[in-house]
Amino acid sequence: MRLRKGSIFNKISDTNLLLIITIVIFFMMYIGAIIFQGGGFTKPQMFFNILNANASLIITATGMSIVMICGGIDISVGGVVALVSMCCAVYLDYHDGSILGSILIALGIGLAYGLVQGFLVAYLDIQPFIVSLAGMFFARGMTTIVNTAPFNVADEEFTALKLTRINVPFLGSYNKKGVWMPAYVEIGVIVALLIVVLLFVVLRWTKLGRNFYAVGGNKQSALMMGINVKRTKFLSHLICSILAGIGGYVYFLHVGSGAASHAMGMEMNAIASSIIGGTMLTGGVGNIIGTLFGVLSLSTIQNIVASAGLDDAWWTGITIAAMLCLFLIIQSIVMAQKKKALK
Amino acid sequence: MSDTKKKKDQSFLKRLTSNQLFIPLLALILLAAINLIVDPSFIKVTPGYNNAGNPVLSGYLITILDYGSELAILAIGMTLVTAASGGQDISVGATIAIAGSAMLRVLCGGDSRPETIQAPIIVAFLVACLVGMLCGAFNGLLVSVFKIQPMIATLILFTAGRSIAAWINNNELPIVPDPRFSYFGGFIPGIPIPTTVFIAAICIVVIALVLKFTNLGLYTQAVGINESSSRLNGINPTFIKFLAFVILGICVAVAALIKVSRLSTINYSVIAKDIEMDAILAVALGGNALSGGKFNIWASILGAYVIQFLTTTLYKFNVQSDALAAYKAVVVILLVVFSAPKVRETMGNLVKKVAPKKEVA
Repeated sequence: MRLRKGSIFNKISDTNLLLIITIVIFFMMYIGAIIFQGGGFTKPQMFFNILNANASLIITATGMSIVMICGGIDISVGGVVALVSMCCAVYLDYHDGSILGSILIALGIGLAYGLVQGFLVAYLDIQPFIVSLAGMFFARGMTTIVNTAPFNVADEEFTALKLTRINVPFLGSYNKKGVWMPAYVEIGVIVALLIVVLLFVVLRWTKLGRNFYAVGGNKQSALMMGINVKRTKFLSHLICSILAGIGGYVYFLHVGSGAASHAMGMEMNAIASSIIGGTMLTGGVGNIIGTLFGVLSLSTIQNIVASAGLDDAWWTGITIAAMLCLFLIIQSIVMAQKKKALK
Repeated sequence: MSDTKKKKDQSFLKRLTSNQLFIPLLALILLAAINLIVDPSFIKVTPGYNNAGNPVLSGYLITILDYGSELAILAIGMTLVTAASGGQDISVGATIAIAGSAMLRVLCGGDSRPETIQAPIIVAFLVACLVGMLCGAFNGLLVSVFKIQPMIATLILFTAGRSIAAWINNNELPIVPDPRFSYFGGFIPGIPIPTTVFIAAICIVVIALVLKFTNLGLYTQAVGINESSSRLNGINPTFIKFLAFVILGICVAVAALIKVSRLSTINYSVIAKDIEMDAILAVALGGNALSGGKFNIWASILGAYVIQFLTTTLYKFNVQSDALAAYKAVVVILLVVFSAPKVRETMGNLVKKVAPKKEVA
């Protein structure tokens, strides 16, 4: 982008500007929660619990961000997560499977989804919304066909893995008896953070990553530049679905059960986190770190609502929606300002 | 002579396949054929009496027409929104919950088990219309003025809608005591055809008249095809987009009336669940470009009934209601793949390649 001297807006790229807004709002919110609600929020474990509960959302949301940066959308991720947890649960309990086998199943489902959806979207030019809508229907239906009743996994190896906790150095709090309780994270969080770092590097410094931005920003000029637009689109969907598979396994690792109702509405949460994190659905703008903060903001506000004693069922939905609305309007205004400034 | 005839035939075939109604009609015929082969009795419509002793018609065709009406009504609004804004409204299910909840609140007056209804049904319906239009206006404002992509703008009401609906009635589930209210989703005594069919017919006639006597259709297409050139031609794209969402809001209110009337009560988390997906599918099945522009409202309405046909057929084959989605998905993917321009082009080329060979032989 051609930049001019002068207004501070022009010195920051679209991606960074939206990212900064997100991070600032997240910290304001968290500090506000510490000041006004105190209690749980003063303990570091609160923060790590948010991470523990949302590791799978972080993974699926980063995948969603990549598809969105590339100008597409994938609403099948929630369904894939449910399908993965159900298949792995059935495999572990009824077929006496191994951990490695279940991981392969998760990756396989993600890969299959990515190949089919990517092919339909990129090479047959079908709307990504419709393709992934059908994908979502299919995954939800298949989950019920695999097994109708929800059930907990009793496999010992798996339970051991599920309960593995990694202590965070130097952080923790004293409990009521005055015993030092170190803060801990689950394995899923490590996986999620590794993926975030990996994708950040890919998006920022590799050819593939830059291609995603180019294709999402302007398909025509990307084509002129000699980028293989179809392949790039295909890869974005492939990555997103594989991440949904991994996210599904992490989700499964966190809840330890299979159910058709798992991860209901996760696709919408993933889209919402991406948007709050500064990814634009029009494509070409977005940042993985922003998505991470998007997930954190989303779940922090849920926790604030829950600990404020408001009726969870109503207020979570309303507050998330209000926050989404706020961010969308901020984005819309900022982008309009920038356009004006550039003129 | 025979040559020209052949050409005519070919052009007729081409005209037929390129018609927007072709895909939904083909799907309809296929579904009907499958049903007829498996169970010839499906086409039967038998007169009978319902629990209240009213004469009613029953049969699969009636069921499809009955339960397809909400979807057809929503498809009208969804087509306009899709054409004008190039995006879809995914909040219709949630706004049905809001409008339905508002309707119940007016009818029951905040009491969850009233003896009589507290306001005339028409007033409740008008309030629901107003609420539906307000929701539509909110979505429309975000899309047209703030230039947010429709799917994302409507994501807000999608997430909040059912919570707002529960909040309107203090999370209670009021029951409407008046039997007259259930006529809208059931049968009027003495008339054997479901009332919903008439409601859908009225909506279809109204939209037909509107499209015939106003420039709404033309303007909507113009905005959808090229926003800036339509502005240069003196159309206000902001207003047209806004209007499309408000019209969808009215459709939602009508659908809410039917949905709530079917049960005389409401279940906030279940009412009209996934209906947004079906409505969008109806539009897509009708061959309308989901990226906006040209539209054919009849194809969408037909698409809505095809989807209901599919649902009913699957139920008939004893498919579990939860597993329904998987079968639907397969059908949808097949339909979409075959109607994709690229696939059609390739198939057309194949036909062309085969055709001259035959002539030579």
